[in-house]
Amino acid sequence: MLLCALSIFGIVALIATELVMGSQLTWHQFGMSFFSWGETPLIDILKAFSDPTATQPNYWDPVNGHFSALPFVYGTLVSSILALLMAVPLAIGLAVFLTEMCPGVLRGPLAFVTELLAAIPSVIYGLWAVFVLVPLMREYVNPLLIKTLGWTGFFNDANPTGLGFLSAGVILAIMILPIISSLTREVMSAVPHSQREAVLALGATRWEMIRMGVLRNARIGIVGAVILGLGRALGETMAVTMVVGNTAEIHRSLLANGASMASVIANEYGEASSELHFSALTEIGLALFIVTIIVNALARLLVWAVTRGAPARAT
Amino acid sequence: MAKGNKIRERMRAVTDHVATGLAVLSTFLVVAPLVAIFVYLVYKGASSLNLAFFTEIPKPEGESGGGMANGILGSGVLLGVASCIGIPIGIGGGIFLAEFGRGTKLANAIRFTADVLNGVPSIVMGVAAYALIVKPQNHIIPFSGHFSAFSGGVALGIMMIPTVCRTTEEMLLMVPHAVREAALALGVPNWRSVLSITVKTASPGIITGCMLAFARVAGETAPLIFTALGNQFWSASLDRPIAALPLQIYVYALSPYDDLHRLAWGGALVLIVLIVLAVSLVRFVAGRGVLKGAS
Amino acid sequence: MGVGIEVTNLNAWYGANHTLQDINLNIPANHATALIGPSGCGKSTFVRCLNRMHETNPIARVTGTVRIGDLDIYEDAKPVEIRRRVGMVFQRPNPFPTMSIYDNVAAGLKLNGYSNRRVLDEIVEKSLKNSALWDEVKDDLKKKSGASLSGGQQQRLCIARALAVDPEVLLMDEPASALDPVSTSKIEDLIFQLKTQYTIVIVTHNMQQAARVAEKTGFFLNGRMVEFDSTHKIFTNPSDKRTEDYITGRFG
Repeated sequence: MLLCALSIFGIVALIATELVMGSQLTWHQFGMSFFSWGETPLIDILKAFSDPTATQPNYWDPVNGHFSALPFVYGTLVSSILALLMAVPLAIGLAVFLTEMCPGVLRGPLAFVTELLAAIPSVIYGLWAVFVLVPLMREYVNPLLIKTLGWTGFFNDANPTGLGFLSAGVILAIMILPIISSLTREVMSAVPHSQREAVLALGATRWEMIRMGVLRNARIGIVGAVILGLGRALGETMAVTMVVGNTAEIHRSLLANGASMASVIANEYGEASSELHFSALTEIGLALFIVTIIVNALARLLVWAVTRGAPARAT
Repeated sequence: MAKGNKIRERMRAVTDHVATGLAVLSTFLVVAPLVAIFVYLVYKGASSLNLAFFTEIPKPEGESGGGMANGILGSGVLLGVASCIGIPIGIGGGIFLAEFGRGTKLANAIRFTADVLNGVPSIVMGVAAYALIVKPQNHIIPFSGHFSAFSGGVALGIMMIPTVCRTTEEMLLMVPHAVREAALALGVPNWRSVLSITVKTASPGIITGCMLAFARVAGETAPLIFTALGNQFWSASLDRPIAALPLQIYVYALSPYDDLHRLAWGGALVLIVLIVLAVSLVRFVAGRGVLKGAS
Repeated sequence: MGVGIEVTNLNAWYGANHTLQDINLNIPANHATALIGPSGCGKSTFVRCLNRMHETNPIARVTGTVRIGDLDIYEDAKPVEIRRRVGMVFQRPNPFPTMSIYDNVAAGLKLNGYSNRRVLDEIVEKSLKNSALWDEVKDDLKKKSGASLSGGQQQRLCIARALAVDPEVLLMDEPASALDPVSTSKIEDLIFQLKTQYTIVIVTHNMQQAARVAEKTGFFLNGRMVEFDSTHKIFTNPSDKRTEDYITGRFG
């Protein structure tokens, strides 16, 4: 039994070892510049960032053996942040509704629905996104955004396919919403009833009671839930790969095509053309591994601090 | 000293209503995509599910008809391998955490690590499995040196371990103390017997925990892309690339052929039915309080 | 200044459970009134009907009239208004752990729109003095959290918090039952002082406590109010045999 339990440590060690060993080549060759602009002049990057017509620097060049993961880091960050911006308010709203406002008879079915959302595999989200979401974005949402917000420079469309950072952000938001919401509900439920009563007895409205008596007490755990959602978004592969456009470029426009760290691995790992290429992809995998571990550990600590060590759901 | 400011009171009441409205709106916005997805899946998928779907392999590109039977078979093989790895080790770990290590620092560390491991992207598992099994050309690791069903199964199995471990632990912790005490009071001699009573009591929960892990892993695609690779034809061999349902869905969705799209929807429907069944069952077992009675 | 409370034909239910039956009494202004009785007899439910906290339970129902001063609290006002005018202190102290001592006391004030720093400072100081906590915490008002105090101090903090919004009535549901004897006697001294400014209703399991602090006492049994009279009479010469049995400890 002990051995079985220790296997958990073994697995982590195994993965870490394989990833580190596999990235040696690119690590020795490029060092930290692998994740930044390396030899490409920063000015070129910024120019290409703002101007859709400017030529993009060739960040990821398997043919010439020159690799920079910058566009993938950018893509991962942009899509994840977009997803958080959309998902967090909705997730907290749902959690508040379910814990404090929902009539008892609806609570079970709604909680079940949220659980189902969490259980849908990534590839099915991707499938739906490709055939329903992307055309929707292309036909209705994107043109509207370009018309109303195009002046900000964040919404212009060099190639109107409906793929891109925004679409990836939307499908990611739908995917991380259930976990943020469930965990928020958990920490909200952990707030003792006496706190709610204390606020009500002072003559507070229901919303004031929720704000001061529940959310305020649970805020550390809610932050943890959000960070956990971030962790999930960072590593999400299939749905993003199918929707983000798979172009190793950095654009300011949220409607532009891009790529994420997970998507480039999914696309290229099986057919990498050289040892260096392999190593570059493995190094991206290593970065993903480390980042998600840190983010998840931080999130779990925060949630644990509020719910005091009750065994957390392994979702 | 009551401020009695009528305007302020109105504002507070309005804020309360607005907050309620926003919460309801959020709920609606969350439920809506789910309903949309399910409805669309059923609508698109049901029409492509015919006998051929479950019995035939895909036709060469361009030809219509065919099915995803090889994907279903392949997923079965992969999940079989994964379960052989994931379930025994996971349950063993869970038993340790609940029965022997309870409260110890080691157990806490393992539990924490398992939770964190659950958050690692599945594609990283695939990369590790690739580096471990597919890439090296040696004779230590079975089936190494090429894409294989075995490597895919291992990747999935490793993903199952933390999940099964934690759900097993949770289920064991829910066994009422009275059950353990009764066993001890009977003078049951050694830890093994006590264990078998506790485990037996918790077994419905443990089984459903395994089902949950199984269902979760059944839908995984990323780790299979460069381990199991996929296969156009019938294959159940561990030593060769193998088809898998989610993998086929991915490939077909991105292909330019309508026929393959149709198959993708069908496959998605099959997958989602499996998962909904598993989730519902888990809820049913947990809700019924199966562990309340000591029998 | 406190006001009197007039209760007429009050009945309360939790679902199908008829918790309070035909309660009638007049609670005098600026006095302390004690409610005694065995566990589960309905005293806590009764008190919660006085500030409409009973309603926070979705299966709760109330009929009858409760007038506080000249206001019918069920017909003429909303719960939010009532609860500002009728404060409550609970059995287990429940200060807000994420807020400082200052913010705890000011919580009710901020809800009601007070934002002027000087005004808040004044009211916080006055409330803490009224609850005999000022000297102990005046140097740590904003540094310490509400939960870092001892049990007795926390309860006094809760009293200060309730007093800060200037209620007319203060309801206390077994306020000292979770405290040690020293803290308990401090709370009792407090009640003595407070009743000159507020109307106090105190639920207590402790008959000696009722005898010490209250002018009038009501004895509850099985959801009914058996006897309501001056404390002296209840404890020396009760009219009802059931009261006498409870006082002398024949059941409890």
